[in-house]
Amino acid sequence: MADTNNNSRGYPESLLKSIEAVEATREKRAKEAFRKLSMEERDEVLKKCHPDYKPEAKRALKIGPSKGDQVPHEVADLLEASPAVEPGQVNLNQVDFDVDILIIGGGGAGTVAALWAQKSGVPASRILIATKLRHGDSNSMMAQGGIQAATKENDSPYIHYLDVIGGGHFSNRPELARAMVEDGPKVIKWHEELGVMYDKDDKGNMTTVHGGGTSRKRMHSAKDYTGTEILRVLRDESRNKGIPVLEFASAVSLLTDGQKVTGALLWNMETNQYYVARAKATIIATGGFGRLHIQNFPTTNHYGATADGLVLAYQVGAKLVDMDSAQYHPTGVAYPEPIVGLLVTEKVRSIGAQPVNCEGNQFVHPLEPRDVEAAAFIKECYVVGKGIETPTGMKGVWLDSPLIDVLHGEGTVRKSLSAMHRMFANFGIDMARDPILVFPTLHYENGGVLIDPSCHALDANEKPIPGLFVAGEAGGGVHGKNRLMGNSLLGYNVFGMRAGIEAAKQVSTKTQPGKLTLDHLTRFSKLLADAGLKPTRKAPMLLPDYRGREALSRSIDIL
Amino acid sequence: MGKKYEVPEGLTIMKAIEYSGYRHVRGVGCRAGFCGACSTIYRMEGDHRLRGALACQTTVIDGMHIVQIPFVPANKAIYSIEGLNKDELGAILLANYPEIARCLSCNTCTKACPQKIEVMDYIQAALRGDVASAATISFDCIQCGLCAVRCPAEISHYHVAQLARRLYGKYILPKSAHLEKRAKEIEDGKFSKDLERLTSANKEELKKLYVARDMEKGD
Repeated sequence: MADTNNNSRGYPESLLKSIEAVEATREKRAKEAFRKLSMEERDEVLKKCHPDYKPEAKRALKIGPSKGDQVPHEVADLLEASPAVEPGQVNLNQVDFDVDILIIGGGGAGTVAALWAQKSGVPASRILIATKLRHGDSNSMMAQGGIQAATKENDSPYIHYLDVIGGGHFSNRPELARAMVEDGPKVIKWHEELGVMYDKDDKGNMTTVHGGGTSRKRMHSAKDYTGTEILRVLRDESRNKGIPVLEFASAVSLLTDGQKVTGALLWNMETNQYYVARAKATIIATGGFGRLHIQNFPTTNHYGATADGLVLAYQVGAKLVDMDSAQYHPTGVAYPEPIVGLLVTEKVRSIGAQPVNCEGNQFVHPLEPRDVEAAAFIKECYVVGKGIETPTGMKGVWLDSPLIDVLHGEGTVRKSLSAMHRMFANFGIDMARDPILVFPTLHYENGGVLIDPSCHALDANEKPIPGLFVAGEAGGGVHGKNRLMGNSLLGYNVFGMRAGIEAAKQVSTKTQPGKLTLDHLTRFSKLLADAGLKPTRKAPMLLPDYRGREALSRSIDIL
Repeated sequence: MGKKYEVPEGLTIMKAIEYSGYRHVRGVGCRAGFCGACSTIYRMEGDHRLRGALACQTTVIDGMHIVQIPFVPANKAIYSIEGLNKDELGAILLANYPEIARCLSCNTCTKACPQKIEVMDYIQAALRGDVASAATISFDCIQCGLCAVRCPAEISHYHVAQLARRLYGKYILPKSAHLEKRAKEIEDGKFSKDLERLTSANKEELKKLYVARDMEKGD
């Protein structure tokens, strides 16, 4: 590589040269506000440049409750895969864990559901969180910028609702969007009572900023470790309450007694041993699908984001919605290479950084809704041709982060964006001095398993599947075709809480589960065969595989 | 790891391990420096120092001898955050984690921290009963446990810090009055009618309302 970074700024000479253009216009731009797009202009850029609008990237599902729906190939490959276990392989008569509530997934939604189930009267010992990595390993832990809630005097759930539904292209399920905005302030208050260190002034007023597509400053934060701060408190509280957690244990299938969902078959990720977990209520809180790398995009998501819950729910007859849309976060890292695709929080734009092209000019308002902003970046790079190319050939646009200190005083970047500043500093770049290069990255599963406001999973006729609940990113209908910043942290809290409360209600009235079966997998396999599908892969996939090709090519199985 | 591997230049430790043919189950989480799952210790050839790093946030370099920490066995105190006396918070940290009194001020924890947090300083603050300092100094902690692995006094620093932050967040930061008020308004159903109107409105009406909404100025 001729183009090396033989300087102390962490960028190769070619990019340093491009940075000069950004510096030259900074003072002028500091006073400029780029205009927002009209609804028509938004539609135009989306249709032209957003990855969701590429028909060749999707196909119609051939079987199951959402048969006929267009979904990305990567999702269809999993939903139309063979079940990971065959019913004859396991003995379901020996029950290893017998609980009231089984929660699959130990991220934000699962932890919140456990806490509220316990608060609602279910003894901690009657709850089990099973998670395939460690308790807390999840996208919830990685969220940086903030959590929305209409807590301020000039704001209301009404205004929040409008922002949500407009951002989602009016495709959200109204009752779910309402549940989220109406419970928002209650969630923040609960966090405050648990000791979450939200950013506040000395009188206790929450420090709030805009996010893309918000009409009020409603983004509450804890520096740029908002997700970390919230979840580490929730996890600490869950440990104080003695809620049992089984780590490195994934769910590979749900169980039913023919009438209702009655737990799950768990699998020890390290020993390959299975466990039978029987439950009166089962909550899927498995998160999203970033690690499927839809359309080969890099992702901001954690290692376990492989859509397992979608597969489990689909096999048992749950309907999926809005799976034709995925969220590409506008600002993923485009340079340096080791961290390509990682998240650069929207808060960087919320507090003043502008997207800038290779000529040093703005080309889009910094805070359009995420899908519009991402499409505008792609357009600038691949249609207008004013992107910036890295030594590996990847394109991106500048995010003028030093402008933040110009606007708010020196030291703001370091203080308010300490996680971001640290990440770039680890790789030799000082984002308070130099701009950072960004390009859209796969970030969030907008759709998911259709739920009602009590988090029951719904079937093809939109009727509840007895015993099954879904919360968090695995659930669909809340955000429609595009989620706004700060509504994922809110969403997992609101629906985790609702799932925990509703599951607790059910277990107090429900009778014991009947005989455990995997009959639904037999039926699912028949559906596959009847449709002429001959899948070569199994699902859920549990973990991605990033092993080097050279090492894999010489791997043989001899034991 | 006891074996020598050659990998392309510029990979993180995590990606270098994968490139060499390993599929992680432990030692991996968010892959972005937020979860603390990939704590790694290493020594450079010819250097006596034992260093700590996050595998996902550190570029691998030639001659690095590495091993990942699969799990950190650290005891967490079990406590109730409710009903504590605001004026007696200072004693709570020591009461829950008496081992902080064993701190030798050797600063090994600080040197081990991949987040470059002044770990020893916040343990000393905790020892003095200075909850606010312990909470704010430790704020960027991602609980990877490298401090606890290295500490000769066997302190579980990151659990002490977690308690300090919760005490600070609940009892020292001023309560938000507007939050309290809004939560009460919602409980009293103040917005129910408005929201019902919205949930039953058709798409065209919603579009009009959406386009017409006024924007709060400023970033």
